[in-house]
Amino acid sequence: MNIPSNIVTLIVGIVVTLLSLWYGQNHGLLPVAASSEAVQIDELFNFMMTVSTGLFLLIEGILIYSVIKFRRPKGDTTDGSPIEGNVPLEILWTAIPTVIVLILAIYSFEVYNAMGGLDPMAAHDMGPHTVARAESNSKENLIAFDPDRKQVALGLGVSPETKEGENQLVINVNGIQYAWIFTYPESGIVSGDMHIPVGRPVKLNITAGDVLHAFWLPEFRLKQDAVPGREVQLTFTPNRVGQYPIICAELCGAYHGGMKSQLYVQTEEEYQQWLQQNTLAQSDVESTLAANAASSSDSEFLAPLAAEIGVEADTIAQLHALHHHPLNAEL
Amino acid sequence: MSTSAEKIVTSTHDGQKAEHKQRKWQDYFTFNTDHKVIGIQYLVTAFLFYFVGGALAEVMRTELATPEPDLVQPEFYNQIMTMHGTIMLFLWIIPAGAAFANFLIPLMIGAEDMAFPRLNAVAYWMFPIGGILLMSSFFVGPAQAGWTSYPPLSLVASKWGQEIWILSILILGTSTILGSINFITTILKMRMPDMDIHSMPLFCWSMLATSGLILLGTPVLAAALILLSFDLIAGTSFFNPAGGGDPIVYQHMFWFYSHPAVYIMVLPFFGIISEVLPVHARKPIFGYRAIAYSSLAIAFLGLIVWAHHMFTSGTPGWLRMFFMATTMVIAVPTGIKVFSWTATIWGGKINLNSAMLFGVGFISLFLIGGLSGIMVASVPFDIHVHDTYFVVAHFHYVLFGGSVLALFAGIYHWFPKMTGRMLNETWGRIHFALTYIGFNLTFLPMHQLGIQGMNRRVALYDAQFQSVNMICTIGSYILAVSTLPFVVNVLWSVFKGEKAGRNPWRALTLEWQTSSPPAIENFEEEPVLWAGPYEYGVDTEMIDEDSSIEEMLAEVSAEAK
Ligand code: HEM
Ligand SMILES: [Cu+2]
Ligand SMILES: [Cu+2]
Repeated sequence: MNIPSNIVTLIVGIVVTLLSLWYGQNHGLLPVAASSEAVQIDELFNFMMTVSTGLFLLIEGILIYSVIKFRRPKGDTTDGSPIEGNVPLEILWTAIPTVIVLILAIYSFEVYNAMGGLDPMAAHDMGPHTVARAESNSKENLIAFDPDRKQVALGLGVSPETKEGENQLVINVNGIQYAWIFTYPESGIVSGDMHIPVGRPVKLNITAGDVLHAFWLPEFRLKQDAVPGREVQLTFTPNRVGQYPIICAELCGAYHGGMKSQLYVQTEEEYQQWLQQNTLAQSDVESTLAANAASSSDSEFLAPLAAEIGVEADTIAQLHALHHHPLNAEL
Repeated sequence: MSTSAEKIVTSTHDGQKAEHKQRKWQDYFTFNTDHKVIGIQYLVTAFLFYFVGGALAEVMRTELATPEPDLVQPEFYNQIMTMHGTIMLFLWIIPAGAAFANFLIPLMIGAEDMAFPRLNAVAYWMFPIGGILLMSSFFVGPAQAGWTSYPPLSLVASKWGQEIWILSILILGTSTILGSINFITTILKMRMPDMDIHSMPLFCWSMLATSGLILLGTPVLAAALILLSFDLIAGTSFFNPAGGGDPIVYQHMFWFYSHPAVYIMVLPFFGIISEVLPVHARKPIFGYRAIAYSSLAIAFLGLIVWAHHMFTSGTPGWLRMFFMATTMVIAVPTGIKVFSWTATIWGGKINLNSAMLFGVGFISLFLIGGLSGIMVASVPFDIHVHDTYFVVAHFHYVLFGGSVLALFAGIYHWFPKMTGRMLNETWGRIHFALTYIGFNLTFLPMHQLGIQGMNRRVALYDAQFQSVNMICTIGSYILAVSTLPFVVNVLWSVFKGEKAGRNPWRALTLEWQTSSPPAIENFEEEPVLWAGPYEYGVDTEMIDEDSSIEEMLAEVSAEAK
């Protein structure tokens, strides 16, 4: 084979390595990271980006070089050299991906563990709430993995080696077409946005009222499907004050794209203020929501959001009339 | 030298050329059992559906040029999105793979036809029937729950459209099962006597792997869809949580088929690439056995990775880790293939014609899809980008940059064999350039969109993503334009193209030993296995000695009997 001289190979290798290392850190693709776990995921992504850039440059480089260098002159009807393989080379390029994915798998495992994904009892201290739910829905004989049996964890639990298990702020999240509803059991607040104090661990109990939804916080790199009749949890600790989008990431119907809400990570004072304001206004909201649930329609709830989504209020009403929503009975 | 293979075959058949029976155009519209007719039928039908699916994609991209849902209603967006995905997978890329398999397998192994020609024709005719059925759902409002059709949404939106969707997928799935029974039997039982399994072309290996996956996976999909249909029509609650059903079980059953399905959609095209590269690089394929066995390894591993589509769904932590590990292992056989193809063209004598451009283009784009594939295998990162435009970018790099580019490489390579005429090179190159530029412009920026927070399957999106989306839309228009030179080229060349002769590429696989287009009975005389499928540059001196040809022919055919 026509291997270029060692020096050239060496220089090319160094350049590719440097470029990959640089690009892996400077791709600028990720949005801000608002928790320490998000930073770890970003580092994992940067690592993958570095390796990918290296492989990309290497192989695209060889392709471009070959296409330029090994062209057949016009009129030449002879063939290339009859090389049918090269065992050491083939062992090498079996070993390279093997080693890379081995490292990547272990690294990913570590990060996932740090996120609390392997907390064996993520479903352990869900309290009577879950059990009650489970009974009322008669979910005992699900064929798939049943989170209510407390043998398996669904979602992300407490990060090991942290105090995330203490002083958690519990929020129940319910996804319905096309809005998120946040209930704060501590204070009884029901809200269409989520407010949390910075630095305090949050535990979300996520479920859905009608179809599948997915609760996505891009700035926290967190996502969890919301499944009707099933409760899943997400635990995380925000470390950055700000306003972040909450996005539905699982196709849930026509206005799936409009199913957005806001997460406000606030200072302790701001949060307390919000708590107070809303506890006062609470009785109001609660009755509206209760009525909604009873009439098994969320069009009323949606009406205020409609302008934002860009939908006519009667379109929503029509939509719901069409759907006759049998599933909302559970809400 | 390899070149002389053609000469000899030509000379032995000279006398009989006159009595050649030709296919009439009417044959292509009938229930014909000739595998070559069926192959062309598959290919042309698939292309017709490709244009429908592509037109729908252009409507979507036009809608997405601006953040507001202004061109089409969001509900209609979801319907054309669902139809685009379904058409591209079940009516374009899977049947297009079957097209090449039907046309090539018997020719490549020196057989007269498929093992079960009638079954083959039945399999083909189920395809347009299923396709037209699916199209008919436009009259009742097509399905709108995505090509995955997850319940409960699929149970409450577009009831009749959804039911038609289920029925047509069942028909199309059955068609692929019949097809693959044929492919496996033909490859294993009908090879010419001299051809052992390790000297058959790699395309046949990849079709073995593909067919195995179809046979194992499709029945599970059928079961899931039949149960879904009961929930939809009869009000049962297999997957409906309102009645105590479990929607997650549907996801498991669906992906048990549909992950292997992505290999069903790409393995045949791996095979095509393994045929195209050696011919136009004038070098043997690098690592024949490694490529052959890695197809089988990919097929096997493909059966145990399905839940990587469910990392954020009802999948417990330990299971997420298990499926992450198995998924990452697939990178190894896939990497072997990419490295082997790259090594095949290294040091060759490359003829950079349209077929080769698409072939090399395939490696360069499939590589990107493969790298982003390893990224989404990593659970922590996938949790972030699952169901976002990052994934849309990833699978278009695999399916379009991978399968479709390889498909075009295959067309430019075998068009002379299929029609007896050459395609125009200049227009082929223009087609390639437009496709390559348009494709990257459309799909490369989508990686960024997804990472930064744009979810998929939306008709309306956040205003901050507008400018990048505009780039994607412009790219998609270039892609639309790129098909024009191709279509014109094909239509013109079928009638007016330069005559191709038996073996315009001086290729060694058996399909090039017969006339172009091949005689109805494939080979007028028993084909002769002069060389392995990829023995380029190997000096098979005996062929050069003209005197001994007749003797050798006699010898070989005596052996064969
Ligand atoms: C003309 C070129 C193409 C363009 C511009 C295009 C564009 C798109 C767009 C905009 C979406 C919808 C994304 C969303 O709303 O989530 C989509 C989805 C999809 N496309 Fe394409 N596409 C093209 C070609 C292809 C090809 C060739 C294939 C397969 C061989 C394909 C397979 C799919 C699939 C499977 C989906 C997913 C549908 C779903 O989410 O259910 N596309 N494409
Ligand atoms: Cu949604
Ligand atoms: Cu998959």
